[in-house]
Amino acid sequence: MTAELPILSLTIWLPILGAVLVLGSGDRAPNLTKWLALGFAVATFLVSLPLYSGFHLGTAEMQFVERAAWIPAFDVHYHLGVDGISVPLILLTTFMTVLVIIAGWEAIHYRPAQYMAAFLVMEGVMVGVFSALDAVLFYVFWEAMLIPMFLIIGVWGGPNRVYATIKFFLYTFLGSVFMLVALIYMYTQSGSFEVLGFHALKLSLKEQILIFIAFLLAFAVKVPMWPVHTWLPDAHVEAPTGGSVILAAIMLKIGGYGFLRFSLPIAPDASNYLDLLIIAMSLIAVVYIGFVALVQQDMKKLIAYSSISHMGFVTLGFFIAFIVMAQPAAQGGAALGIQGGMVQMVSHGFISGALFLCVGVLYDRIHSRQIADYGGVVNTMPWFAAFMVFFAMANAGLPGTSGFVGEFMVILASFRADFWYAFLAATTLIIGAAYTLWMVKRVVFGEVANDKVAKLQDVNGREALVLTTLAIAVLLLGLWPQPLIELMDASVEHLLRHIAVSKL
Amino acid sequence: MDMDLHSLIPLLPELVLLLAGCAILVLDLFLTDRQRDLTYVFSLVALAAAAAAAIGVGGSSREILMSGNFVRAIFVVTALAFVYSRGYLQARRLYRGEFYVLGLFAALGMSVMVSAGSFLSAYLGLELLALSLYALVAFDRDSGAGSEAAIKYFVLGALASGLLLYGISMVYGASGALDFATVSETLRATDTDRTVLVFGLVFVVIGIAFKFGAVPFHMWVPDVYQGAPTPVTLLLGSAPKIAAFALAMRLLGDGLGVLHGDWQQMLVLLAVASLALGNVVAIAQTNIKRMLAYSTISHVGFIFLGLLAGTADGEAAAMFYSILYALMAAGAFGVLVLLSREGLEAEQIEDLRGLNQRSPWYAGMMLLLMFSMAGVPPTAGFFAKLFVLDAVIGIDMVWLAIVAVSFSIVGAFYYLRVVKVMYFDAPVDESPLSAPADAVWVLSLNGLTMLVLGFFPAALLSICTAAVA
Repeated sequence: MTAELPILSLTIWLPILGAVLVLGSGDRAPNLTKWLALGFAVATFLVSLPLYSGFHLGTAEMQFVERAAWIPAFDVHYHLGVDGISVPLILLTTFMTVLVIIAGWEAIHYRPAQYMAAFLVMEGVMVGVFSALDAVLFYVFWEAMLIPMFLIIGVWGGPNRVYATIKFFLYTFLGSVFMLVALIYMYTQSGSFEVLGFHALKLSLKEQILIFIAFLLAFAVKVPMWPVHTWLPDAHVEAPTGGSVILAAIMLKIGGYGFLRFSLPIAPDASNYLDLLIIAMSLIAVVYIGFVALVQQDMKKLIAYSSISHMGFVTLGFFIAFIVMAQPAAQGGAALGIQGGMVQMVSHGFISGALFLCVGVLYDRIHSRQIADYGGVVNTMPWFAAFMVFFAMANAGLPGTSGFVGEFMVILASFRADFWYAFLAATTLIIGAAYTLWMVKRVVFGEVANDKVAKLQDVNGREALVLTTLAIAVLLLGLWPQPLIELMDASVEHLLRHIAVSKL
Repeated sequence: MDMDLHSLIPLLPELVLLLAGCAILVLDLFLTDRQRDLTYVFSLVALAAAAAAAIGVGGSSREILMSGNFVRAIFVVTALAFVYSRGYLQARRLYRGEFYVLGLFAALGMSVMVSAGSFLSAYLGLELLALSLYALVAFDRDSGAGSEAAIKYFVLGALASGLLLYGISMVYGASGALDFATVSETLRATDTDRTVLVFGLVFVVIGIAFKFGAVPFHMWVPDVYQGAPTPVTLLLGSAPKIAAFALAMRLLGDGLGVLHGDWQQMLVLLAVASLALGNVVAIAQTNIKRMLAYSTISHVGFIFLGLLAGTADGEAAAMFYSILYALMAAGAFGVLVLLSREGLEAEQIEDLRGLNQRSPWYAGMMLLLMFSMAGVPPTAGFFAKLFVLDAVIGIDMVWLAIVAVSFSIVGAFYYLRVVKVMYFDAPVDESPLSAPADAVWVLSLNGLTMLVLGFFPAALLSICTAAVA
């Protein structure tokens, strides 16, 4: 099934070409640069839409496949393709990049061309990660992501940005080099770098466990899972608003995607063997990190910890599937867990992005992220307050918003596994509500706290546009998640059938 | 052996270089300082002619030439060194013909090392290279550090040559021959005394390790890199790595391939020690030339990893790595040379402060070079590491690959620090850099090569595979 136009290649390379042009246009005419960047971002989003409209439901085969020899000596191919798991994430990427470019319109004064170019490069590379079907190509995109993000945090970040960005880089690099060793090992076993070939590769339990651990290092750092999450609060706090949005909305999802594309299908027996470990790590993230979020003084840090806690749901959903599968009565529950994790990823992309944008709106005005510096914002910024309260509700998992759907599905799947998993997971509904709403209460409601807050201007048209778009997305996914679930249904079923068969 | 002219054809590139070197040396005597550019141009022409000759000779005579491509890579990197250094030398009254003549002789030495078919000619090439470099290190004769570095380099280099020669004499004693093919054949065919052979092998390996600067024979590297004038460091730190790799492959692979099991263990030790010490000690450096010296040591570890595999894949990977490393080193030192021109010597990492604000283009090139050295895709450095790791895992030494990647995480830190200084720190002086147009073009080419080879590594890899086949 080859599409006539190489849509995946276009989606990857169009923004990168845009980045080159934006860099070339330089900083002499900032307005031209920004419009150029926005033009390319919008064009990329439009180009990526056929991935949804032209997608054949009901098959787990890779679609929009492109394949060309790249390094013949090592049997490395430029091999792209998508299934129902990667399409939603690609669309999320192209969608969020447009919003991020708009959000950085006025906030960035230092070298806006480099800033916009960095985000365009990020976009192309992230789409590449989601669509690569060759392990070397995947790894190249995976690592290439680090360079623009390293610069985004380091150049446009806050006061402690150097520490944060080097920590971010080294943590991620540490995780991924071991994955590289695992990939090469599988190449020596299978004779090719095809990811789908790795899926079919027979491996002993010992090999699987080692490979699983190598992947776990890479993906757990990216997700991030407790206890390798400590880079995230630092990176989020120091990153500029756009950087935080991309980091939370998409880069974290790449870790989750990695579990579905690599860990589970390549090492199903090891995943089964070690599922309790991952479930324990996920539950600790959900509960413990939730409590950590409760005591934060810094809004961005609070949202960062909330991200870790919500991503715990994703990994919980993925690995609870193994326990559910072991109980013959509850076959449907396994799919529910994985689909719930996927919905949670997309939903968290919207909600965390929106919350970071809200903090960005405040930060652009007062240049503080401390909760204590605000109070009574609703009096001067009623529109903004409405958005912030809405997204906070969504973050807390209010039914009707997208935040509810994913969490509910995962909790439901956990019930079929064991009551206590579900019980622990469900505490997040309380803790999540507590830390988000308490933050909103302290920032938005109450008396006007100080002169700075008294002088605040409400959101302008540009900011309102970005926040409204995200609010619609959150509502739409919350009220009508069916299209997203249908999109991935066949792929998830296929994945479940695959991991149910032991490789031993 | 009858010496008709026809049998000299494979030697054409070397002959061209030799004659050109002598001619330029004489010509330079009659030039005034203003006409010095002629020497520069002629030297580049000589290198180009030699490279063209190497293409012309091609692979027709394998027994003498390993491959024209190898030699060409050396000529290209030497030419890079010449182009980068012109402005620096002019600004310091060091713009003399001798720099180029010695550079040409060094290139000749390297080319002989690569093409050598016997232990003795390889040794002669090595000595020609080494003697030219000793003189070049002391080129700035008023600099105390330069003279100190030259003496150190000379004493240790002479010692290493002695050890290598001693090892070669043992091999000769055991096999009765000096050319690689005969030695290899004799050792394979007859039941020679292994004690003498392995004894000789130890000395040969030590000699090679000295020339590479592998731990524990690395002591000279940081001092020489730091003490020599930056253009000389550029010349010394780049192309000779390719030649040293060729030497190692010739001596160990072609000559003493029978003893693979023995030298593999030695190289494992050298590689792990180099990776560990190079990467860890580089973190503590504030002088960027010294930092790059330790980084060289760690890269040598990676080249050894490819060599010790002993497979064709491994040799191709190590060759890819050494060619790429020579290009990266040439580019990185090239940036330093260009930065140094405004009266100050760019030697501290701090001197790169705020380069992105001053000259975004240079900063971008240096960024590519640093990420390439760290081995981050999409730069070519990643593929160099990938191929080497693949060779190591291919011989079932997964643990060695894990050691190597662990140390490359450590290494990433100090390369990142250079990027941090360039991009995140405020500049001390805001003025943009000015550099001669030719150097800027070449630097851009050099930096972008990292990206181009990162996107399309297959071409260079297939050249390397063909060369070692």
